Amino acid sequence: MNVALYIAQRASAAVMVPMIAVHIAVIFYATRHAVTAADILARTGGSLGWAAFYAAFAAAASLHGAIGIRNILAEWSPLGDRGANIAAAAFGAALFGLGLRAVAALVLP
Amino acid sequence: MSGTSELEVSLWRGGETGRYHVYAVPLRQSQTVLDVVTYVQRHLDPTLAYRFACRVGVCGSCAMTVNGRPRWTCRTAVAKVAENGRIEIGPLENLPVIKDLATDMSAFFEKWRDAGGAFVPSRTRHDEIEAIAPASPARRAADAAIECINCGVCYAACDTVRWNANFLGPAALNRAWSLVNDARDGGGADRLAAVAAGGGCHACHTHQSCREHCPQALNPTASIASLKRRTALAYLRGARPRAQRDGPAK
Repeated sequence: MNVALYIAQRASAAVMVPMIAVHIAVIFYATRHAVTAADILARTGGSLGWAAFYAAFAAAASLHGAIGIRNILAEWSPLGDRGANIAAAAFGAALFGLGLRAVAALVLP
Repeated sequence: MSGTSELEVSLWRGGETGRYHVYAVPLRQSQTVLDVVTYVQRHLDPTLAYRFACRVGVCGSCAMTVNGRPRWTCRTAVAKVAENGRIEIGPLENLPVIKDLATDMSAFFEKWRDAGGAFVPSRTRHDEIEAIAPASPARRAADAAIECINCGVCYAACDTVRWNANFLGPAALNRAWSLVNDARDGGGADRLAAVAAGGGCHACHTHQSCREHCPQALNPTASIASLKRRTALAYLRGARPRAQRDGPAK
């Protein structure tokens, strides 16, 4: 890992800390108030705010996770640095794609 | 160990492949592990290869693996490490074995060089000597890292070195940090670029084995953490890491 990846990983972690707090708070709220999935979708549908929040969350998580996966692959697999970069980039892109799909399901009709 | 007059000593014999041979060595008062190895070579088997020089913990030549832990053998008392009258002595880990207890430390010193370990003068002999205030924060930071004797114990103890052939290692990075804090040094930007590259300070997993095993009680982990912060700040100000150094093939 070089300094650029180090900063990206730490910065994405810093971004995620308050987002995780909000996410968990929402989970607690939903469970304590017996909010169903249909209720949640009714509230988040069409919401630009929730779309932006979870899209940013997905981006930070994908970046953070991909860098971590890259480091594990580079140290523990026979892929080498280049192979680890490619595999981790593919993993990050797939994670972000899945994240955006979930966001779309949350806010699109 | 009391009650016996001999120590059962297992010594690694061979190169990368080999095996432990057992020798019986007389116990002496205040005997060091290096004394034991020297006894074997001088009285039992003159073909035994090992490395030492000063015998007093200054030169950093005699580090070996003693009962599974990397140690400086000249300052390690047999009485402290022998278990039931037995002791096992092997070459340092993470370095190629040349023969018996002697390792090839080329990679260790090449990484020291690659981390910018050489002092870069910023003045000539015709200039005034730069006065360094002993209490200045930079001098204190350098003080904390400066007593390294390059014995290789931290390098042998480091998990990251074991997993990542490109990692510069604790000693080289600790040296780099001491020079980053040297007001007389003129190589700061190049040094930060070197340790910010892949295999540099950010590869450290902070396991702290270097701090645990350093015979000089230094804390290379703290030096590496400081380098991480310093290089991150430099990066945000526009400095860029050097391209990854060419390391051995994985």
